[in-house]
Amino acid sequence: MKTIYLFWIIGFLGLILGPMLFSLYGSFTNYNVTSTMDFVSFQNYEEMFLHDSLFWTSLYNTLYFVIFSVPLTTIAAIFISVLVNQNLPGMKFFRTVFYLPAILSGVGVYLLWMQLLDPSTGLINSFLSLFGISGPNWLFDAGWAKPSLILMKLWSAGGAMLLYLSAMQGISKTLYEAAVMEGASRVQMFFKVTLPMISPIIFFDVITSTIGSFQIFQEAYIMSSDSAGSPENSLLFFNLHMWIKAFNVFDMGYAMAMSWILFIIVLILTLINFRFAKYWVHYEDD
Amino acid sequence: MAQLHLKNIKKQYDSSGPVVVKDFNLDIEEGEFIVFVGPSGCGKSTTLRMMAGLEEITDGEFYINDKKMNGIAPKNRDIAMVFQNYALYPHMTVYDNIAFGLKIKKRPKQEIKQKVEEAADILGLTEYLHRKPKALSGGQRQRVALGRAIVREADVFLMDEPLSNLDAKLRVQMRAEIMKLHQRLKTTTVYVTHDQTEALTMATRIVILNNGEIMQVGAPQEVYNTPNNLFVAQFIGSPSMNIFDGIFDGERLKIGNTNIKVAEADKHILKEHGYTDKKIKFGIRPENVQEYQQLSKPEEASLFDIKVRVNELLGSEFMIYSELEGEEIVARVDARNQNKPGDTMTFAFDMDKGHFFDFDTGERITDN
Repeated sequence: MKTIYLFWIIGFLGLILGPMLFSLYGSFTNYNVTSTMDFVSFQNYEEMFLHDSLFWTSLYNTLYFVIFSVPLTTIAAIFISVLVNQNLPGMKFFRTVFYLPAILSGVGVYLLWMQLLDPSTGLINSFLSLFGISGPNWLFDAGWAKPSLILMKLWSAGGAMLLYLSAMQGISKTLYEAAVMEGASRVQMFFKVTLPMISPIIFFDVITSTIGSFQIFQEAYIMSSDSAGSPENSLLFFNLHMWIKAFNVFDMGYAMAMSWILFIIVLILTLINFRFAKYWVHYEDD
Repeated sequence: MAQLHLKNIKKQYDSSGPVVVKDFNLDIEEGEFIVFVGPSGCGKSTTLRMMAGLEEITDGEFYINDKKMNGIAPKNRDIAMVFQNYALYPHMTVYDNIAFGLKIKKRPKQEIKQKVEEAADILGLTEYLHRKPKALSGGQRQRVALGRAIVREADVFLMDEPLSNLDAKLRVQMRAEIMKLHQRLKTTTVYVTHDQTEALTMATRIVILNNGEIMQVGAPQEVYNTPNNLFVAQFIGSPSMNIFDGIFDGERLKIGNTNIKVAEADKHILKEHGYTDKKIKFGIRPENVQEYQQLSKPEEASLFDIKVRVNELLGSEFMIYSELEGEEIVARVDARNQNKPGDTMTFAFDMDKGHFFDFDTGERITDN
């Protein structure tokens, strides 16, 4: 028993708390891999907020992505789960199809979407051209690059769909039967029964996908043509900027400071989420 | 208030599957409190759900006040339903739960408030109106469900095992409350239960079901005292009626080596129906198995001895469990009884209260 504790303590100190404290300290230094770690006080933070315009660009891009992607994928996932929760023939097939994107791994999916979104040969623009619509330049257009990524995220809403579907199937049928007897329409039942009953899952999904969306990196790294956020820094997300600072220019101290700022932003947003949860999240028993 | 009329109602979930409700015919008068009772899977809840409109009627017709209800949406039937698991919305307060139907119908706020407060007053829920269901006890939750039915001012109440989730004491208490409510509102009510005690204590008429068929319809006293068949005889009453296989020899009922004098009236009917020297089933309730000491004319009775196997004290009385000619016999005796397991006791049947059933069909022969 004691040995297990020892392993846990070593793991916790060595892999979690240690690196965290190291990065916190590092954020106050000018560490650049080759140099010693000289204490520079709040210089990195000052640089970030006052002199690095790309920091603000990356923060804007990330917030843009979070603000659109989280609600849209949540709504899409709930919508799909309502559809596949119907008792119709072939429903298992559709559930599988919608869930499939969630189990495909990252880079392959990004390459696939880069092909789909190709302005001249991509399927999406070819499809649009059937209706006489000339599609945008997607990943090559600063105005469309972020929406492209949001579109791609929507495609994989099936992952969260599974959560919502299982939550919906856990709702007692008699709640709906009681509503039917009272004369509620299907829309009323959705808003007055289904949504409140799955609100704990919505809450969980919103929290985790907000955190996940703030950490967007791979998509931007792979799909921006120069792996540095182009076109016009429209795909320069917070983590990509931090990565460039850390591993392109080796300004480790600055990158560590950025990571702490991201941590604080996510923490504050999560706390706000929890603060407001009591107004719309309903637990059956607590 | 409403009259209900069920005509040849049938339910079959799929065309090749079993028929779960067979040719159900029943007329329910205004203000009646009808209880459907029967074992699990007898079709009682299915019939109720067909009346509610939650299940489709496969065949037959259902009328409320002479208006055919087949194919009419539940909301247009003017029926309120109470469910076994209460079906309360956990995210809504007691007030909102009760007001749900009225809000859906977009009734004026003032009217909703007045009706909810009235219902809460009747049910003793006034101080809980702002609580969520999770902060209520089982009995209070079921009262909220009743409140939801009351404010609807519906023509018909349907209740699907509303007390099954409550503990024994609460069940008795809520039983009385539901009856009080019915006396006050006089709404035609159909109540489903598997508990024969509930049926006997609450119903104006009981409908006993088995395998999707009506076994008997009648007032509680009637089904208890004159069960139509073996199923009703054994289902109604607790402990259930003692049943013995016997042969009627024209004078006596022979149960193995025990000979018992048959009452004059029964003798006549048995002979008339050609049961002399034929196998029959004889039923007698535990309270009609009388101790020798309690008999007014012991010299006229056919006595028999039994060895006490188990004696169960129920407070005011004992249940004596034993065997007579290899078949189980239960007798209800006075609590002052001093007999212990292993003791021998002498009993006689009160033959005026005996029931005779056809050996093969299980149908009642005499008309006691």
